[in-house]
Amino acid sequence: MTAGRTMLGATPHLGAPLLDAHLVVERGAFRLDLPLTVDPGEVVALLGPNGAGKTTALRTLAGLLPLSAGHLTLAGRDLDHPGRRLWIPTERRPIGVVFQDYLLFPHLSALDNVAFGPRRHGLDRQRARLRAADWLARMGLTEHARRKPRQLSGGQAQRVALARALAVEPALLLLDEPLAALDAGTRLDTRAQLQQHLAAHAGATLLVTHDPLDALVLADRLVIIEHGQVVQEGTAATITAQPRTDYVARLVGLNLYRGHATGHSILLADEFRLTTGDPYDGEVFVAFPPSAVALHPRQPDGSPRNTWPATIAGIQRHGDNLRIQLTGPIEVAADVTPAAAAQLKLTPGQPVWAAVKAAETRAYPAGPVP
Amino acid sequence: MSHTTGEVTRPTTVAPPTRTRRTGRIPVALLLPAALGLLFLVLPLAGLLVHTPWSTLPQRLTEPGVLTALRLSVQTATLATLLCLALGVPLAWLLARVRFPGRRVVRALVTVPLVLPPVVGGVALLLVFGRRGLIGSWLDTTFGITLPFTTTGVVLAEAFVAMPFLIIAVEGALRGADTRYEEAAATLGAGRWTTFTHVTLPLVAPGIAAGAVLCWARALGEFGATITFAGNYPGRTQTMPLAVYLALETDLEAAIVLSLILLTVSVVILASLRDRWISAP
Repeated sequence: MTAGRTMLGATPHLGAPLLDAHLVVERGAFRLDLPLTVDPGEVVALLGPNGAGKTTALRTLAGLLPLSAGHLTLAGRDLDHPGRRLWIPTERRPIGVVFQDYLLFPHLSALDNVAFGPRRHGLDRQRARLRAADWLARMGLTEHARRKPRQLSGGQAQRVALARALAVEPALLLLDEPLAALDAGTRLDTRAQLQQHLAAHAGATLLVTHDPLDALVLADRLVIIEHGQVVQEGTAATITAQPRTDYVARLVGLNLYRGHATGHSILLADEFRLTTGDPYDGEVFVAFPPSAVALHPRQPDGSPRNTWPATIAGIQRHGDNLRIQLTGPIEVAADVTPAAAAQLKLTPGQPVWAAVKAAETRAYPAGPVP
Repeated sequence: MSHTTGEVTRPTTVAPPTRTRRTGRIPVALLLPAALGLLFLVLPLAGLLVHTPWSTLPQRLTEPGVLTALRLSVQTATLATLLCLALGVPLAWLLARVRFPGRRVVRALVTVPLVLPPVVGGVALLLVFGRRGLIGSWLDTTFGITLPFTTTGVVLAEAFVAMPFLIIAVEGALRGADTRYEEAAATLGAGRWTTFTHVTLPLVAPGIAAGAVLCWARALGEFGATITFAGNYPGRTQTMPLAVYLALETDLEAAIVLSLILLTVSVVILASLRDRWISAP
């Protein structure tokens, strides 16, 4: 859209974030407090468990929910600023939204769905349709232009929804769980295509998801929120290497504990000590992957420094392996091969010895969120 | 996949006992009143058909009085429906989409004509739109317009009685429609009016159509409010139901023929709506 382009062109300072927001929403006991900046061309994933406030944040950005406090500035223009009693309604914001279940208008063809936005932004019918046809061509959907949404497959509908959102050339593209409604096979293809289109998008992109894989593949930066607060923020590499909450640890598949380190020894809760390869003094997180945990029927007498008796609480299939949930002095997930599990005759309730090599654990400071 | 087939096979294993129970003995205590109820509803209609003077029917149908009444009925019912659409759809939208104080009261008021005896409605219309009525006297002195005992009066009387049917149907459709489509339209730059015309209306079009047909049928059969407010002047305010009533006192066969026409129209309407309206839960 010409409006969108001017918005982008009008960015006041070079290098300033396109989206600069501090989203505060208070609703009963729930409080969302989320500082958020996104640069032009950057894709930020907002990741969090259900009820963390992801959708609330998206709705405030879209203008479907007003802020209680804070501010929202997009491309140098204030869109929501309760302190100044300023609020720009949804239809006048330079945004595009891909909704979780797409919300394609059922009475319009794919082409007219995509042309809807450009038409509202002042293009005449002819030009709006030309632009829509262009976007559908980019999505590889030219043959499906005349189809109604119900005649489209899930993956096709997703791409029409993306084309519809991008056809207004928004300064901010919002994606609400864009792949959640797809089956596993389609999701793989669609994710790859989505990645290309997001890379080509000149504006800012915010992706709301609870799927860590979507976030890791599609986003340049991750913002993880729990209970309306940011708990961790950074690139995929830093977050997967050093999770800071149980939720993030589970997302990236690590066992995570917090404790007090004195040299190589870390005191966790209940007088339980872990020995680690990285020496440190003070409050630390210590993390190790489930594959680093070995199970033994009796107390092992070899090299591992960390051994403790545990009880099997549950067994689940995990990829090609089995993931064993252990209780004991600390709760641990361990991955073993089916062969090993058969040899050890693992069953829930059975006592075993767990062992973790010190070299396979990682300790890092547990200061405030950087 | 295997999960789905499991779910499919489960009901079939349970089905035989249910089926035998259903095809088994039906309690007489239910069957008898049900049959009586059906007879009670159908017999009068059958009686109408039995007593129809089939031999002179073509001739009677083309009598000028019949055609005039039929034309007037169709015209006024159609105009009343258009009036109801123009005023009722926005009102239904307001009730379904906008929160305002007293919305419950307004919703109750809208449905009053449903339960009000139509004659009372006619009297009320006279008190407001009559020559000495609240608005009627002003219309008369300012514009020289008189509504009672005119064809316009018939349209007003029919619209008054039929509008609730439309409003209830459209409001129900609006409440059932997913408002997130309207949010999606807003994110694409559509204001509230454009969203209403380009998204909301097409989404609830089936509901509006059903409401309009029902409204039209109610307007076509309207009697009490019409005869009270608009009188019974052939060619001007005498619609089919009024003609039936009048014919009943002089010529029974004519009344039967007129009734048969109304019955035919009603059946055609119900058939055209088919299961959309009737079999809805």
